Amino acid sequence: MIDFAALPILQTVIAIPAEDPGWGLWVLMKLLQVLGFVIVLALLVAALVLADRKIWAAVQMRRGPNVVGAFGLLQTIADALKFFFKEIIVPAGSDKFLFILAPLIALVMAFLAWAVIPVAPGWVISDINVGVLYVLAISSLGVYGIMIGGWASNSKYPFMGALRSAAQMVSYEVSIGFIILTVIFVTGSMNLTEIVDTQAGGFWNWNMFRLNPATEFGLANYILTPVLFYMGVLFFISALAETNRPPFDLPEAESELVAGYQVEYSSTPFLMFFFAEYVNIMLLSAMMVILFLGGWHAPIDIGVQFLPGVFWFFLKTAFIFFLFAMVKAIVPRYRYDQLMRLGWKVFLPTAIVAVLIVSGVVVLTGAA
Amino acid sequence: MVRVKQFIRGALLLEFVSAFGLAMRYFFRPKVTINYPFEKGPLSPRFRGEHALRRYPSGEERCIACKLCEAICPAQAIIIEAEPRPDGSRRTTRYDIDMVKCIYCGLCQEACPVDAIVEGPNYEFATETREELYYDKDKLLENGDRWETEIAKNLAMDAPYR
Repeated sequence: MIDFAALPILQTVIAIPAEDPGWGLWVLMKLLQVLGFVIVLALLVAALVLADRKIWAAVQMRRGPNVVGAFGLLQTIADALKFFFKEIIVPAGSDKFLFILAPLIALVMAFLAWAVIPVAPGWVISDINVGVLYVLAISSLGVYGIMIGGWASNSKYPFMGALRSAAQMVSYEVSIGFIILTVIFVTGSMNLTEIVDTQAGGFWNWNMFRLNPATEFGLANYILTPVLFYMGVLFFISALAETNRPPFDLPEAESELVAGYQVEYSSTPFLMFFFAEYVNIMLLSAMMVILFLGGWHAPIDIGVQFLPGVFWFFLKTAFIFFLFAMVKAIVPRYRYDQLMRLGWKVFLPTAIVAVLIVSGVVVLTGAA
Repeated sequence: MVRVKQFIRGALLLEFVSAFGLAMRYFFRPKVTINYPFEKGPLSPRFRGEHALRRYPSGEERCIACKLCEAICPAQAIIIEAEPRPDGSRRTTRYDIDMVKCIYCGLCQEACPVDAIVEGPNYEFATETREELYYDKDKLLENGDRWETEIAKNLAMDAPYR
């Protein structure tokens, strides 16, 4: 018999009203924090969609959207309004309940993962000790939105897109798990805030570079340097696959599946899928920054400390997103079997070898 | 050996890095597209756009209702009815062009003996309803008055090659 009252989560929930008279205030504060995060994320999504289109256009020597608002700044908002005012078309043969539920799942899961992302010292909704696991779990759940959407549409292309999406996300989550494992080994923590804090004091301490000889690993740190740099690169590529971005956009592959799982969706449900996709892209960019690029820490130790941490976090995330957009502009789409080969025969073995090397270094130097 | 080389190139993402450099060079090049509604590309004097019925400088309409355009029109988009006017001259009472049927081949302006029906340089006449694209004589004459300067200039520029 499990004693439910002794579970840590329930204890906190139950204990708060008894011990702290201001628990109502605490709940209100958390709700406001969540609201703030959601609003900022929504505005950032609007900016990112525009940035994506502008970067793509610039590489192709086009202008991109520039009519709605100054430099086209209001273009995304105009598009969103257009979607809101369109008719929601539910196909006759579809499973109506699941059809509407799917985009909701996708959007909610995309937002949920942000609960543990620290954007600056203390700027995090929930600073839990298994933050890395939480992000992995939630992003795995996000694939249900796409799968249910493809299944409930009761149509060929969405179903093919959903199948591809499921296979792709499961494959790449395995290698992402191993890649994150190397970071957990060298930092000795699964708490995202602590992972960021071990990378303080300049870019030579970031996990992606690790050029500082004065760590607990001593000179063995230089064995880790190339391994972790390569893991950073692999994490970036896996993040592309995880968020269905080109060159791994097989679930929506316009030229083959029209738009994959989104074919039957219109209006607000489509907007929610679209929104979820960009929130996920931001999430993976932020994870890349937290795990490999020192989170909110400035790249150099001196002279720039007056700038707040959130500024550096935003700058780095924007840079990673810029790379996402550039990859979309320059790399052609993978064939399905090539995608699977890359995931299982290249990324997975490489990541496992890296885990062996990193864990070997950690054990032999006796650190962490 | 080739396979090893290929493996190393792939593992170091050399192709990707060079493609990225190339993309960044293109990123900062001047744009090749024009800023369309505010900026327009050049048009040939022979451009076949929206139709117009022209007038003589005196204000008299040129069309003499010979119906050659109606006869030659491959899409049968033109309908003309004519009657002698009180002063004895032969003029149209009805001159309709169905702009939806029209294929913009320009045979009407080739057939016209008095340069009355011409296709002008205007291509921005999209409408919200189909009915607005059934042009009648008033609409065509109004077009002629509005675009006369450009049409006359284009005809003069094209004249040496005819």
